[in-house]
Amino acid sequence: MLTPELSQAIFFYLFAIMVLVGAILTITRRNAVHSALFLIVSLMGVAGLYLLQQAEFLFAVQIVLYIGGIMVLFLFVIMLVNLDQAAKEKQFNGQWAIALACVVLVGAQIFWFLSKGDAAFKIAQPGLLPAASALGNTEQLADVLFKDYLLPFEIASILLLVAVVGSVVMAKKRI
Amino acid sequence: MYPITTAHYIALSAALLLIGTVGVLTRRNIVIILMSIELILNAVNINLVAFSQALHNLNGQVFAIFVITDAVAEAAVGLGILIALFRNKETVLADEVDLLKW
Repeated sequence: MLTPELSQAIFFYLFAIMVLVGAILTITRRNAVHSALFLIVSLMGVAGLYLLQQAEFLFAVQIVLYIGGIMVLFLFVIMLVNLDQAAKEKQFNGQWAIALACVVLVGAQIFWFLSKGDAAFKIAQPGLLPAASALGNTEQLADVLFKDYLLPFEIASILLLVAVVGSVVMAKKRI
Repeated sequence: MYPITTAHYIALSAALLLIGTVGVLTRRNIVIILMSIELILNAVNINLVAFSQALHNLNGQVFAIFVITDAVAEAAVGLGILIALFRNKETVLADEVDLLKW
């Protein structure tokens, strides 16, 4: 009864509900700490979707980096700045109606495109199925990352260095 | 409804992108605007991984790694700016920061 397709569908809808409900609660809660906690739920749903698509390395990166790193940074900053005052004030700004109208318009466009079905975005031919190699996802990813994308990888490391220096300069009281 | 195709993943990613956009455009709290940007970047990553899986090509997952790197850099710098802003203006509401407006 429980074919692989059916169980995959069940897990997909489970994670999709997790992602979307978490995201909606993130942008509607008054208290920023609650928002951060619901963002964690949403990010965990995304991590589950990676696992569902056999992207195990990205699953680990999502848990370690997003949920472990970025969210701690967010919670730390929320504790650091005084948000009690902001929580008492109006949560949405004056242009919310226009913003919502624009987003609904863009959303209608995207879903009209998607309603044409799977064939509408067959823009490239799928590559050959990799012959069931002994290498796991992480090894294959490392091969691509360090052979084809070595220069972008190094540039990304410089970007992170710039970000570290920049955030220290921003947050320091007096240089 | 099932089996799950690439279209399902793209529809989910589009919905997440739109929710994130609503958050960026309508919220006043800068911390939550930054969180909405994280949601948008995650929507991009879902798309990249879905296409990577559909085309049997790992380049999409490599790009997802670069997107995550950018998200980390953006969060670090954005929160640094937020701390500097809070020190100088005592506010975290985006529409109260109007020094360049007249």
